[in-house]
Amino acid sequence: MDKREKLLEILSPVLAVVAAFLVGGIFILIIGQNPLFIYGKLFSGTLGNPYGIAQVLFKATPLIFTGLAVAFAFRAGLFNIGAQGQLYMGAFLTAYLGFTLVNLPGFILIPLCILGGMIGGALWAAIPGILKAKRGAHEVITTIMMNFIALALTNYLVARHFHAPETVHTQAIAFSARIPRLSTIFPGLSGSPLNYSIFLALLACFIIYYILWKTSLGYELRAVGLNPFAAEYGGINIARSTILAMAISGALAGLVGVNYVMGYKYYFEQGFSGGVGFMGIAVALLGRNNPIGVILAALLFGLLSFGGLVINAYVPKELVDILQAIVIIFVIASSRPFREYLMRLKKRTLARGEQG
Amino acid sequence: MVREIAIEMRGITKRFPRVVANDNVDFGVYKGEIHALVGENGAGKSTLMKILYGLYQKDSGQIFIRGREMDISSPSVAISQGIGMVHQHFMLIPPLTVAENVVLGQEPRKGKIFNDTKKAIQDVERLSKKYGLKVDAQAKVQDLSVGLEQRVEIIKVLYRGAEILILDEPTAVLTPQEVEELFNIMRSLKEEGKTIIFITHKLKEVMEISDWVTVMRDGKVAGIVETKKTTKEELAKMMVGREVLLRVEKNPPQIRGVVLEVKDLEAVNDRGLSALRGVSFKIRAGEILGIAGVEGNGQTELIEALTGLRRLIRGKVTLWGKDITNASARKILESRIAHIPEDRHKRGLILDYSVENNLILGSHYRPPMTKGPRLNFKKISENALELIKRFDIRPADKEIQVNSLSGGNQQKTIVARELSRHPQLLIASQPTRGVDIGAIEFIHRKILEERDKGEAVLLVSAELSEVMSLSDRILVMYEGKIVGEVEPKKTSESDLGLMMAGAKSSDQVIRQSGDREFPDTPIS
Repeated sequence: MDKREKLLEILSPVLAVVAAFLVGGIFILIIGQNPLFIYGKLFSGTLGNPYGIAQVLFKATPLIFTGLAVAFAFRAGLFNIGAQGQLYMGAFLTAYLGFTLVNLPGFILIPLCILGGMIGGALWAAIPGILKAKRGAHEVITTIMMNFIALALTNYLVARHFHAPETVHTQAIAFSARIPRLSTIFPGLSGSPLNYSIFLALLACFIIYYILWKTSLGYELRAVGLNPFAAEYGGINIARSTILAMAISGALAGLVGVNYVMGYKYYFEQGFSGGVGFMGIAVALLGRNNPIGVILAALLFGLLSFGGLVINAYVPKELVDILQAIVIIFVIASSRPFREYLMRLKKRTLARGEQG
Repeated sequence: MVREIAIEMRGITKRFPRVVANDNVDFGVYKGEIHALVGENGAGKSTLMKILYGLYQKDSGQIFIRGREMDISSPSVAISQGIGMVHQHFMLIPPLTVAENVVLGQEPRKGKIFNDTKKAIQDVERLSKKYGLKVDAQAKVQDLSVGLEQRVEIIKVLYRGAEILILDEPTAVLTPQEVEELFNIMRSLKEEGKTIIFITHKLKEVMEISDWVTVMRDGKVAGIVETKKTTKEELAKMMVGREVLLRVEKNPPQIRGVVLEVKDLEAVNDRGLSALRGVSFKIRAGEILGIAGVEGNGQTELIEALTGLRRLIRGKVTLWGKDITNASARKILESRIAHIPEDRHKRGLILDYSVENNLILGSHYRPPMTKGPRLNFKKISENALELIKRFDIRPADKEIQVNSLSGGNQQKTIVARELSRHPQLLIASQPTRGVDIGAIEFIHRKILEERDKGEAVLLVSAELSEVMSLSDRILVMYEGKIVGEVEPKKTSESDLGLMMAGAKSSDQVIRQSGDREFPDTPIS
């Protein structure tokens, strides 16, 4: 990749976002509002005050985990659509450890709950990994199916076995398992559930970056992602790489529960995550499967997500859903694989021309 | 006698983002001649022909067809001017018949709606007969050999009224016998007054079939000569820009003990069909064992089975007497077996990785390339700098992505990496495919050096002349079996060609050849 291409690689997501805001402006006009006014509100409400910023960061935290999960798998040539199911399994295990081992001190229980989340997600993701490595089952299909199973399974576990009386969520985790909110240090953030898991998310990005580009494991995983035939020729065990990449990806998704269960509500409940598992795909896409890109993309989607509530007084909050969708469409249209696909299409048309 | 000029291209220039592919090129062809257009990969010959055929647009220059200036804006313009092109990669639809493929897009009609299949068949048979193409119009393309498919492409071009045929490296995919047949077809086309532009880099073929030769180098015309007034050596010099050693010079082999022994190997191909049916042989230290055969006769599967990339159903592989049957690819690498794979883009390289990262593939997981779990970037960089220098990989930039290197330099990258393993056995499969003459010479020299160092070399190549000139012994593979062993010095290419086609056994060849002596075969 030469310098021009590299610049394009960075510039094109930025342009896609700008273009999306322009098109979104048209929708605002159709509704009968002034786009500049609405966008002004959107940004002042989110970035214009400490609480807004905290909310954006809070919304971005799970998106970093799932975006990173999808991006990591993608680097290893796997399309993990199953972050949603993996984060359910991880979060449930986090909660289970949190409300079961209540007598453990915090410095043991907190790492244990975090580890539990990672293991839950990793095991759940390893299953499609094994199915792909051993039987060739495509991970897109199996991870989607695993999502349904995870949803039903956690539903069953909560409803039948672990719900707190008169509720649809589990009992609360021990106080010692709870992660402090940042508002305990910065009173200006009070009211926002933003907590220390944002730092865990940033740390995860750094670790993943390090693994991918500085270790021989990362060399192998990326080699498998770029050219599995050459990787196999180079003595890399494709099956092992596939399973391992899925497990690490799942572990990252499983960390979503740390933010929600340990830092926000202190219990597991069905449907807690919204669609962050699926939003992770968009985050990875916009972030070009790069850990730093994932952070930036997660911040943007976090901003839109909280911004929707801010501008709800003037326009339907679904407007930001439209905005998000347009961003994603523009990003796909400007992405390198898509450009390559267009080029192939052009070549094929030429080839057809030759025959006629 | 004034000869009619079929095509004249004047001052053609074509720029691509980073290169000038054609730089003020003049090119002319008389009517009714076979004109060879030769040059190394990247010399600009394909670009020039794509401009003539309307696939590319020239930046400047003029094109005259039969004396009239033309603007060839698309292939359909070229076709209407009687120019046809047979591409290296065929564009046929396998489940359709020959006749259906030929008329595709220009079907003769019965009334307004129905295709006139009968007329299509008649037309194809007429063309086939006229030029001696011998193709069954009603056969399905999927049942044809590569050589016959190529003829279908030629008929397709003739059907569209081509007077000027451009053949893009037509012999690359053919056996020696098929090449001979193609040349006969080309001669009969010439007799009928057709003009042929023959793109190739095989000088032997140029000498045999062409009337005139245009040589290109670095986007420019390096020379235009009449074939009978030139020699291969002179053409090679024009192509490369310096003296080239066309003959492989080698010392007699210093043969020692058996390095690799395989016994009764059996394996299936990707479609689950039997590909190896009891292959046995031995390779000794200090010799090059060549395997000749038409592609698809089990060579790919054999190499994959020996390098841990394909499971053997039966048989035994031993290295210095140690059993390595079905060992993993990593185990094979650790046993110091190096492998130059037949398809450098599929197996040999990770195209999106840099040169330095490709140079450690296979040794990336252990010291000195790692320090604990971490890659040792200092060592990786030193390794790259050293190999780039020793193997003259250009440009000398360790961080450049491999996919921006030329084919020859990509291949040198692979050769560099494999030889840096200090192998005791080198398995080289199509080591010079799609590589320019300069790099071929270099790679051949390196392979011979390994042999002279006392390594065993297993060489698989579809280039007969390569197998003949490098090998100390040659095994012929046909339909998953070794059908014979010959000594390159006592066998002719045509006899070997017949064995490759399954027509002769080695006994017959040896009997017929008697004690004829053949000189070392040139590589081109």
